[in-house]
Amino acid sequence: MTELLQNLIDGLGRGSIYALLALGVAVVFGIMHLLNFAHGELITIPGYLTYWAFNQGWNWWTVVPLIIVSAVLSSLLIERVAFSRVRGASDFTLLLTSFGVHFIVAAGFLLYVSASVKPYPRPGWFADTIAVGSLNIEIFDLAVIVVTIIVLAGTTWLLQRTMFGLALRAAASDFDTARLMGVKSDSVIRGAFALSGFLAGIAGVFWIMREGQVTPTAGINPMLQGVLAALIGGLGSLRGAVLGGLVLGLAEVLLRSWLPVGIQNLTTGFVFVMIALLFIFRPGGLLSVPQVERV
Amino acid sequence: MLEVTGLTTKYGAISALRDASLTVGAGEVVGLIGPNGAGKTTLLGSIAGLLPIDSGTIRFDGNDITSGAPEKILRAGLSLVPEHRRIFADMTVEENLKIGGVTRSGAERAELLDEMAELFPVLRDKWDTPAGYMSGGEAQQLAIARALMSKPKLIMMDEPSLGLAPILVDLVFELIDTLRAQGRTILVVEQNATRMLRAADRAYVLRSGEVVATGTGAELLDRSDLFDTFVGG
Repeated sequence: MTELLQNLIDGLGRGSIYALLALGVAVVFGIMHLLNFAHGELITIPGYLTYWAFNQGWNWWTVVPLIIVSAVLSSLLIERVAFSRVRGASDFTLLLTSFGVHFIVAAGFLLYVSASVKPYPRPGWFADTIAVGSLNIEIFDLAVIVVTIIVLAGTTWLLQRTMFGLALRAAASDFDTARLMGVKSDSVIRGAFALSGFLAGIAGVFWIMREGQVTPTAGINPMLQGVLAALIGGLGSLRGAVLGGLVLGLAEVLLRSWLPVGIQNLTTGFVFVMIALLFIFRPGGLLSVPQVERV
Repeated sequence: MLEVTGLTTKYGAISALRDASLTVGAGEVVGLIGPNGAGKTTLLGSIAGLLPIDSGTIRFDGNDITSGAPEKILRAGLSLVPEHRRIFADMTVEENLKIGGVTRSGAERAELLDEMAELFPVLRDKWDTPAGYMSGGEAQQLAIARALMSKPKLIMMDEPSLGLAPILVDLVFELIDTLRAQGRTILVVEQNATRMLRAADRAYVLRSGEVVATGTGAELLDRSDLFDTFVGG
């Protein structure tokens, strides 16, 4: 029982990061049908800035805002430089463009920074735990879960209560009709990328802390987890993205603890098999969005 | 107020609209009728900025709005109630209306919301319901109310009676009368030709992408040669 609880908290901590990443992927997908394989760059770029900042003598108090701000700016910059030029193109063109952005950013760091691992210190409290009864809860997991709850509450408020949020939802549901109502396509798309970048920035803070190092391809894992979680939840559904992230995190942690010792390394493989099974029975994901007929 | 001159719009090699011209004066209710595929929806879509135009000009209130972005044309004072209503199904009635008023200030939007609640009692009863749960007639009223939220100088409606039960069709035409009485300017595409001609001040008959007849509603109703066009033959 203790072990299960322990694993649940572990899984929720992991899943919360995935949920934030997936939500960012889903927000952009909803607006422009772009499955953004460059989403991980919003972690790679702040990751290198973190490495740079520690070399300049910064500490985590100043690095955390740096990560969030740089993720937002990177997201806006990538939209401006790459995606704004292929707006309205086929989904496949958008997909290829996002791959292109990923490879260019990775190649840029490889060429102009270094191919080797760049380390930076984790925060001092990183491995600390607090005992609750028989449970040993990592402060890191607790921090991830609490921050995620706050950010999700804030995002919900933004989407439900502000005109920007309403415009974003309207544009995601029917872009042309939203424009007919006067929603400016430029603003709503940039807003979506800013929000996506902010969510990636929050996830990035924890991801970057946990890794303790950065490489040119550091963005691949967070991107994969974010995209997978969004697919599991049902592409286009924001609630689904959050749910998908939590499910993916829990599945990883629980599988790792349940699998026999010899094959624990195959956890990822088992997760993929489960995802494949999910798509056989629910091709649209957990909370599939009904396809609106576009005439 | 609205002046469309020589408008041609193509889908690939096919002209959906050929050299179509029409005018709408302030305070007028103008009908646009014709069989399926005559280009009525294309014409409204071209005016609203949804479709690329091949040639021709569209002037509104003295300004050239040809090929403007939809959000710009809306800001010029032209609002379209699109075909099939296209309400935001997963948003509530109130949220749909708020989006309709996205170009207005907060205070003005609040006033307009009150106005719509009064004009459309059925919406007031479903204020917090997701719009996807509404019946066709309710959804049509929401689509019209949503378009009115931008305080348009001219409102265009694309097939507002499409797919509605007869009693609801009556309601739509009553609504057009109410809006006319408020002094609004309206351009309506309708398949229900006879009904439209009775409701409109003037009308244009469109066939195979061309304007084939124009006149007051009464004049056109008397033209037996257009009968086939009216019934979609």
